[in-house]
Amino acid sequence: MPTPLGRQCETMKVIIRNPRRQELEVHGRRRVADLLRELGLNPESHVVIRGDDLLTSDEWLQETDTVEVVSAISGGQG
Amino acid sequence: MKCQKCGQKASVDLRRHNTAFCAVHYLEFFERQVQRTIERWRMFTPQDRILVAVSGGKDSLTLWEVLLRLGYRPTGLHIHLGIGAYSDLSQAKTEAFARSRGLSLLVVNLEEAYGLGVPQLAKALRRVPCSGCGLSKRYITNRVALENGFTVVATGHNLDDEAATLLGNLLHWQTDALARQSPVLEADHPRLVKRVKPLFLMTEKETVSYALLRRIDYIPDECPYAQGARSLLYKDALNQIELHSPGSKQQLVAGFLERLRPLLAQADRQTVGECQRCGQPTTGVVCAFCRMWDQALKRIPVTVRPSDTLSPQAVGPSQAL
Repeated sequence: MPTPLGRQCETMKVIIRNPRRQELEVHGRRRVADLLRELGLNPESHVVIRGDDLLTSDEWLQETDTVEVVSAISGGQG
Repeated sequence: MKCQKCGQKASVDLRRHNTAFCAVHYLEFFERQVQRTIERWRMFTPQDRILVAVSGGKDSLTLWEVLLRLGYRPTGLHIHLGIGAYSDLSQAKTEAFARSRGLSLLVVNLEEAYGLGVPQLAKALRRVPCSGCGLSKRYITNRVALENGFTVVATGHNLDDEAATLLGNLLHWQTDALARQSPVLEADHPRLVKRVKPLFLMTEKETVSYALLRRIDYIPDECPYAQGARSLLYKDALNQIELHSPGSKQQLVAGFLERLRPLLAQADRQTVGECQRCGQPTTGVVCAFCRMWDQALKRIPVTVRPSDTLSPQAVGPSQAL
């Protein structure tokens, strides 16, 4: 079930693979770095993708975007 | 952000290098960095027969891809660990990658070779699955390399793996493990094959960015036993530090290799002999792998007995010398 994070009308779809898949709806445009901060995800260990493009932390995301957040971290041997 | 090379829109920003690249120049940068690491650490040359340990995850498939693009001709080795659907999918991803590029791949099934997969082994040993899994992988890769004439084993360990292992070893003062932690472990016994980690200076984020840009179809799922693993806690802590102080992970690992490890390695010189049971290198009378299986098979007897040689199943074209 999508979870709203803001109050504006437009929604951005965020698919998180951490690695479990989770979908969120986010209101309003913001930069990649701000999105990750709001989601509590470390930009050192997550990559944000829009379509086929990898995005840098200063990239603006629009309300109509669908973006994917991929976790870079894998573990084991613990 | 603009690409440092061409001025076009950047795809990947590298805070620790204070730079950013577009997709084309990032791929070029990544491959050049790996080639430099291979040369600087004298890991191997194009004349070597390279066996790449491939799990089906982003790191090992990225390593295989980069080595191919750099002109090496490595063979893959996949170990099916018997972890249900996760292992089946890992093998399927590895085989698909090999098939799509016409590469030779060897496959060993742990359960078929030794009678137990990782979950049953962990149950029999009453230990966390990761310990038996790691030991089995190291043992099998060395044995397959040795018995099939490979001169070097390459693994996909990245900077985050190395920094997390180092932090764990430091927190528990595992001086013997610290002495052995290196991107190059020379073959200091005739039955030991050299082991190298060509991605050890590339972060996990850099590696996943490479895999995504090259459209490598890796298994995105985490090993079901990795949840709660201490290595993940260490990686998280290190990435918090990295966020506030870019370059910290590399400084930690490079500083250790330059300043502390040579001292520890000198103090930890051990005589390597051969296991009385399987003939593989060990510092004891019987190697850790044989001791582990003795312990496991006492609790869960199986009919499979390890043979004198492992016979991995070959997938794809045969290895060209």
